[in-house]
Amino acid sequence: MTDREEKISELIKNELNNVDFFIAYGRGYDPIHVKPLFVYEEKDLDDLVMNIFCVHNNASYLKTVKDKKVGIVVKGCDSRAVVQLIQEGLINRDNLRIIGIPCTGVISIKKLKEKMDISRVTEAKVESDSVIIKTSDEEKRFEKDDLLADKCLWCQYPTPVIYDHLVGETIEPSRPKELEYKIVEEMEKEDLNVRFEYWNKELSRCIRCYACRNVCPMCVCQDQCVMESRNPHWISLKSNITEKVMIQLIHAIHLAGRCVSCGECERVCPMDIPIFKIKQKMNQIVEELFDYKAGIDLEATPPLYTFQVEEAKIKEREW
Amino acid sequence: MVMSMSWFIPENEFDIFVKNLSKKRRLFVPVKENSIVRFVEFKDGIKPYFEKQATSSAKNTIFPQTETLFRFEYKKDPKDLKKFSVEISETIEAPETVVLGTRPCDARGFLVFDKVFLNPKHPDIYYQNRREKSLFITMTCTDPEPTCFCKAVGSSPADSLGSDILITKVKDGFFVETITEKGEKLLNELNLKDGDAYSKEAEKVKDEANEKLESPFDTKGLSADILKLFNTNFWEKELAHCLSCGVCTYLCPTCYCFNITDETSDSEGERIRTWDACMFFHFTLEGSGHNPRPTKAERFRNRVGHKFSYFPDRYDGMIACCGCGRCIKSCPASVDIRKVIIDLKEAANESA
Repeated sequence: MTDREEKISELIKNELNNVDFFIAYGRGYDPIHVKPLFVYEEKDLDDLVMNIFCVHNNASYLKTVKDKKVGIVVKGCDSRAVVQLIQEGLINRDNLRIIGIPCTGVISIKKLKEKMDISRVTEAKVESDSVIIKTSDEEKRFEKDDLLADKCLWCQYPTPVIYDHLVGETIEPSRPKELEYKIVEEMEKEDLNVRFEYWNKELSRCIRCYACRNVCPMCVCQDQCVMESRNPHWISLKSNITEKVMIQLIHAIHLAGRCVSCGECERVCPMDIPIFKIKQKMNQIVEELFDYKAGIDLEATPPLYTFQVEEAKIKEREW
Repeated sequence: MVMSMSWFIPENEFDIFVKNLSKKRRLFVPVKENSIVRFVEFKDGIKPYFEKQATSSAKNTIFPQTETLFRFEYKKDPKDLKKFSVEISETIEAPETVVLGTRPCDARGFLVFDKVFLNPKHPDIYYQNRREKSLFITMTCTDPEPTCFCKAVGSSPADSLGSDILITKVKDGFFVETITEKGEKLLNELNLKDGDAYSKEAEKVKDEANEKLESPFDTKGLSADILKLFNTNFWEKELAHCLSCGVCTYLCPTCYCFNITDETSDSEGERIRTWDACMFFHFTLEGSGHNPRPTKAERFRNRVGHKFSYFPDRYDGMIACCGCGRCIKSCPASVDIRKVIIDLKEAANESA
């Protein structure tokens, strides 16, 4: 165990009496696949890890355990989901114990997969700005930035925005904010037809497994989701492109002013569809219209929770 | 079973072989798109990808995610507008199909489907038609991955069961052998070179492949162990990190569950069959509003129970899992079904 892992483990041990369980990170089936670790008793901590492969947003589970007292280990981006859920009154701060982890970025397994065969990884480690991956046949060294998830490259919240304990020193944001909507801006330079073709092609792979929805910390409708509902019957169960597009648009629109840009929807997609772009477009619009970013300020009111006859930046009467 | 015959395709002639296969039939091949590989219909310009196991299984080739069972139209009687009739039209679509590049696990997956859909008492005509007109050309898995566990469920990387033709990569090309009569008929059409000279080399490759994998667990007594833990909190704790999405079931070569719905607009519509997953809340939601599997713990219990207990108990011990490991590799929360099984055996042992 690293020092940091020891500290997290110790904190969880001390907090375990105050909660029903703790959600941390644990060893998966190989060194690059970490799993969300549910700690019920001390011995569960044997599996605990905290490293660059702790990609999951543990706040995804909070919506399903609302009536429980829960401890949670969060990175900066994850913590925004916790704040947003509290802002919306969907979870109770008093039921939470939060261990915050200042973070300098997590690996995108999909990016790594593009660069090497990852089926036989035996060891993975970070040395300053390099990531070293060993397999049974080779050892490869990568620039860390080449492997980080996109969201990490523009991260403005490396230190969690809410916590009871912080493990490690506060990290000041050092990534360029301008990059945040670059993936959207790049896309918008393209001709409408090109974009149309792009989304037709990408979304045609969707298998309607709803991983993007289930992992989304803000998708709180859960079992009542309109994607599957027969009443109202807004989307058929067919696997045509129209349904697949609708599903993503509904997801994005339901996240207006709520999406915390954790990128989990895209990470979990088994068909590697770049759906985070759609969310980022929505976030860009919300930021432009309402000067609002979700999950930053516990006291703020999300823009769609209020109503003003005349919004400062929406000139309905001038249309 | 037929006498196994063999052919040989030199490495540089494989593209021609693929093209010839597609001439008279619908051909499915694995194709890489972004970082994933899936089976799609071959057409000019498509580059098949055989290097690694495909991300999704080949089940879509004969069990499409959506299929129309029939179309219907309500027609009003012009003489008496209170009366109307329903016209129904059949929609069975079953073109001759070849699926190239399956792995032994993919082909074996359909044996599980067969038990259910080709049940002699009530065969499913949609599946039956497509199954009869489909042919699987499987490739020996010379490079099984650490997530593979086909040996635990009675298979192996060179298993030909369920395939019509087996291709094994040898040094200079591909050794091709027939497994079924259907396979032999197809190969006879294609004018390939004789493969006898390569059979020894291919046997060696297959033996080596089979030795590469170990079995992570023993299925003996597993069915009883699952039933023993049925009403315990084992599932809730073991699967706490499961997201209850459909990745595992939809990528799985043996998961065959489906939904049937009428999708209507105005006076016409169609009855469709679509993939469904036991991991979804709506899967067991009853009309009354009651749900016998209200949380993911019961739902995952069903997934494991179905594969390793209820199915084998009903169908002569056949395990409804082919050990392909896709559910492990693509799970967003790193749920590992092997670990679930190992842990449940241990828990059942402790509670004894």
